[in-house]
Amino acid sequence: MPQLSRVAEVGQTIVFCGLSFSGRKALISAILEVSASIPQSLEIMWRGDYLYLIQNLVIKDFKIRYRNMSLGVLWSLLNPLVMMGVLTFIFTRVWPQPAIPHFPLFVLCGMVPYNFFTVAWLTGTTSIVDNAPLIKRVPLPREVVTITAVLSCCIHLAVQIVLLLSIAILSGKGFNVQWFWLPAMWTLEIIFVCGLAMMSSAVNVFVRDMRYVVESANLVLFWLVPVFYSSDRIDKRYVPILDVNPVAALVISLRKILLNAEPPAAATLLKLTAVSLTFFVAGLIVFRRMKPSFYEHI
Amino acid sequence: MSISDGRPAIIFADVWKSFARHAGQLLIRERVMHWIRSQHPERFYALREISMTANHGESVAIIGHNGAGKSTLLNLTTNLCRPDRGRVEVNGRIAALLDLGAGFHPDLTGAENVRINAAILGLSRRQVREKFDEIVDFAELRDFIDEPLRTYSSGMNMRLAFAVAVCVDPDILIIDEVLGVGDMAFVDKCRKRILEFRNAGKTILCASHSTVTLLDLCDRAIWLDHGHMMEHGPIARVVAAYKAAMMPQAAPAGVGV
Repeated sequence: MPQLSRVAEVGQTIVFCGLSFSGRKALISAILEVSASIPQSLEIMWRGDYLYLIQNLVIKDFKIRYRNMSLGVLWSLLNPLVMMGVLTFIFTRVWPQPAIPHFPLFVLCGMVPYNFFTVAWLTGTTSIVDNAPLIKRVPLPREVVTITAVLSCCIHLAVQIVLLLSIAILSGKGFNVQWFWLPAMWTLEIIFVCGLAMMSSAVNVFVRDMRYVVESANLVLFWLVPVFYSSDRIDKRYVPILDVNPVAALVISLRKILLNAEPPAAATLLKLTAVSLTFFVAGLIVFRRMKPSFYEHI
Repeated sequence: MSISDGRPAIIFADVWKSFARHAGQLLIRERVMHWIRSQHPERFYALREISMTANHGESVAIIGHNGAGKSTLLNLTTNLCRPDRGRVEVNGRIAALLDLGAGFHPDLTGAENVRINAAILGLSRRQVREKFDEIVDFAELRDFIDEPLRTYSSGMNMRLAFAVAVCVDPDILIIDEVLGVGDMAFVDKCRKRILEFRNAGKTILCASHSTVTLLDLCDRAIWLDHGHMMEHGPIARVVAAYKAAMMPQAAPAGVGV
């Protein structure tokens, strides 16, 4: 339906790319406030500045981790560079594939979203259990703990995105106007991971096996998401299902934006938005239902 | 929900709270086995049929032996856990000092910890900026505020935690056995601040072993014993009853009055 996808495209552009930084911040703040007022029955509401709290906790996490390390955040460059090197070597020398131009950049477009997703989801899953002393003794909205865990992975993500964009420029694919899609898409991805992490962290409190389920799912994901192969090679029937997975959708769109200077497909964007927001809301609901029983099980 | 609503600050209506014993088995395997065998783990009753009301401006002490349920009662008030039965209602902004270590991190400086804890207690960015100096001056830690927290003594930790909680200007202040660590000068300062609180119409809920401090600070008390509320009312009466019940254990040693 060309009209629908056109409307979606225009709507997307206005809402996300059109918003200034403070506009986006206000939107996130509004979402948090509204979700805070989703009825929690007899619960006593925490009153305070959510964004300031999250910011403080994320910075705290960052400082604690890197205070005494010399190279600090630069270590987060190591993994994608190594994977990029290895995969390039394998698929161009050892087992040559039908020529994909700019293979290192191609692979990196797959590795960065995949890396972020796996690390953020796993960190989010164990966040409640890892922060047991805080949860048990300090009254604060517990969703904040999980969201903080996911957002503190964004610092690595930022470094890796800089790497990605640098490699794009070095490969000769300079800056193009499609790059303005990137903040919106990454924001949606982060929202998706937050939702997923809230669900799995709540379950993890009661069933500590959940983290192993997440680890296994991540292993499978490496093959389901076209990290080192092109989605063109997949049977055409499966492609619409493939990009319901927000990680795959992001990888495919990243390649379109960086390699081909094309905007992401409207259908993909629509699915990304719908799936991300659905998972976020579902995650909040599941977390809120399970929250009251955390105390006894940590 | 504010003081002017006319509702009491804290209401406990017929509250029961229990915990499952052996809550350690959390693997899928064990849960399935429990479900197949229709086993229900025994429960430990921390609080039984507790009903109490604290109006704005009252300061209520909670006394009792170790394990009587004092901390559980405070946890229910701050919504860290929910009651099995009954209702807990709180009207007003809470600042809770339940565990000095919990919100603090030893690797960060005093200043960083103050900001984090102020945010956790509900202050906005602007309010933290305005109150920062007040907090540091109350804690008398101006010289050490940029040192990492692991270099602080436990008294200094307590002063910092207390300063943050008090300067948040809550309607209800909840304290769980943390007043013991400060030196006399600071305990005196805290006392004065808490009395100011009372006069300003704020509510205080305080659990402690030190009946001396409590006699000074609070006007009402609740005595808990193994989860039951044994006595409640004016503090002098409740403390006297508590001491009378504890005394028989000291008698055989023949210690004088």
